Amino acid sequence: MKKKGIKSPYASSLFWPAGIIYIILFFIPTVLSLFFSLTRWTLQEWEFIGIENFKLYFSEENLRIGFRNTIIYAVVSSGLKVIFALYLANFLSSKLRSTGFIRSVLFFPTLVSTIGVGITFSMLMNPYEGVINNTIKSVAAVFGKTTDGPGWLVDPNLLPILSIAIVDVWKGVGIATLIYIAGMAAIPRDYYEASSIDGASPRQQFYKVTIPLVRPAMFSVIILSFVGGLRSFDLIWAMTGGGPGFISDVLASINYKQYTSGYYGLSTAGNVILFVLVSVLVFPLSRYLNKKEVVM
Amino acid sequence: MFKREKALKSKTKYRSIWADIIGVGLTIIIFILPFYFLVVNAAKGTSESFRLNMSPPKKWLLFHNIGKVVSDHDWHVLRSTYNSFILTVFSVFFLVIISGMTGFVMHRKRNRTSTVANWLVLTALVIPPAIVPTIWVLQRLHLYKTLAGMIAIEVAYGLAFAILIFRNFIGTIPKEIDEAAIVDGCTGWNLYFRIIFPLLKPVTITIGIIATAGIFNDFTNPLYYLPGDENATLQQTLFAYVSRYSTQYNLLFSDILYITAFPLLAFIFFNKRIVSGMTAGSIKG
Repeated sequence: MKKKGIKSPYASSLFWPAGIIYIILFFIPTVLSLFFSLTRWTLQEWEFIGIENFKLYFSEENLRIGFRNTIIYAVVSSGLKVIFALYLANFLSSKLRSTGFIRSVLFFPTLVSTIGVGITFSMLMNPYEGVINNTIKSVAAVFGKTTDGPGWLVDPNLLPILSIAIVDVWKGVGIATLIYIAGMAAIPRDYYEASSIDGASPRQQFYKVTIPLVRPAMFSVIILSFVGGLRSFDLIWAMTGGGPGFISDVLASINYKQYTSGYYGLSTAGNVILFVLVSVLVFPLSRYLNKKEVVM
Repeated sequence: MFKREKALKSKTKYRSIWADIIGVGLTIIIFILPFYFLVVNAAKGTSESFRLNMSPPKKWLLFHNIGKVVSDHDWHVLRSTYNSFILTVFSVFFLVIISGMTGFVMHRKRNRTSTVANWLVLTALVIPPAIVPTIWVLQRLHLYKTLAGMIAIEVAYGLAFAILIFRNFIGTIPKEIDEAAIVDGCTGWNLYFRIIFPLLKPVTITIGIIATAGIFNDFTNPLYYLPGDENATLQQTLFAYVSRYSTQYNLLFSDILYITAFPLLAFIFFNKRIVSGMTAGSIKG
């Protein structure tokens, strides 16, 4: 028999289901990954090989590209979301008639399959027959010029990863906008009334009232989209599969390739590297943002 | 003063019409045209769809094409529809139940467990899961390549975000409500499930929608934890059909459209709910 708690009516046992699932399927694997990243591993048996996996991983030629792409992708996609969504949310918080329509349309891509979006956009971005390049060609023809248009997903430089990042913004800007809208709705009306009595224009109100007071929402958007960008895999995999060659590989796609080749130890080492990269970038960033918030 | 305000109003009205037109125009070009492209090309014949342009189909073959996709490969798409539904429904159900109760005790109990739980939630939001070791653990539990195991994974990976939102929302529910119930002898699990949980309806809907979209559209996790043809979810089937239909774009687009139909229906029926629910439950810093 359980003693009836007089002091705490809040049952600690409410923690258990989440705690058990979390420990077994998240915490233990994370701890194990630190060990298995140091082994040659077939999932049945392992052989301890020290830091060989990390050495091998860092000596791979495509790793440098993967690192660079992961960071570029995360910075570009989250940066654009943070900025676009801010202006969109400000626009949609106004009393214009079209806001209901735009809000629903903007939000819809977040509900749609990432793989479907990836396939559709890779068709639109097709360098020869794609709608985007055909449009560019015909617009150029109007001005009497001929161009092939950019090779969105097949360019040998940075363009493929940037193109995918743009599609990620297309898909994810709706959620970011909603977070901002919620933040803006929480700003007391008094500030706007007071500032308009003092003669502030809507533009001034946006920069001097809205932006400073919407900061907590902005920080949520920054952290959520940056973390999502660093970890993202499915859109890249659907659009280019990391190609052409390794041009658009990110850490997550490199890890998947190692995994399908049966290099489980190596893939786990890659996972640990991603883990370290994310922690090193995100925890200081969130601490910095929180500090700023307190100063405010 | 009044005059000036009136003049200002008519000026802003004039301006607002332009803002409306530009806003709607851009929205259509950027957000609706890709869907239009998808629909017209899904409705075309094979050779027509190969040109990948925006022109309307000569003959609408939309339902014919979707029927072809669904019946293809021994009705494989139907099998994966079933898998996707089972996975989504059970994962969301358990996720909502479990994360709500955790959010509740985390907010109300101020002890060391709460502090640790808080810290774990924040780290789990950030760090990527260790994939291959998770497969190893699932194998030991005989849950690898099973829908049950996949459901457990989706719950585990969704917990942090859901708990965070629940906990913030529970902060807005006055403690007096708990106290009144406690005085009447309602404590522990009863207190949560009979008194608090019914009050969480708006945020439960929000989390339910976000999680449903996330899990239904999840590609990466089933790719690792639920391999095998008979286990495939709709996303897996779609990805496999990229190479199967590499010469039949109309069928590939039809498959995308078939998959998109489910969120689209949900969206049409619950649009108001979704958007207002999203704002009601979103994060406060």
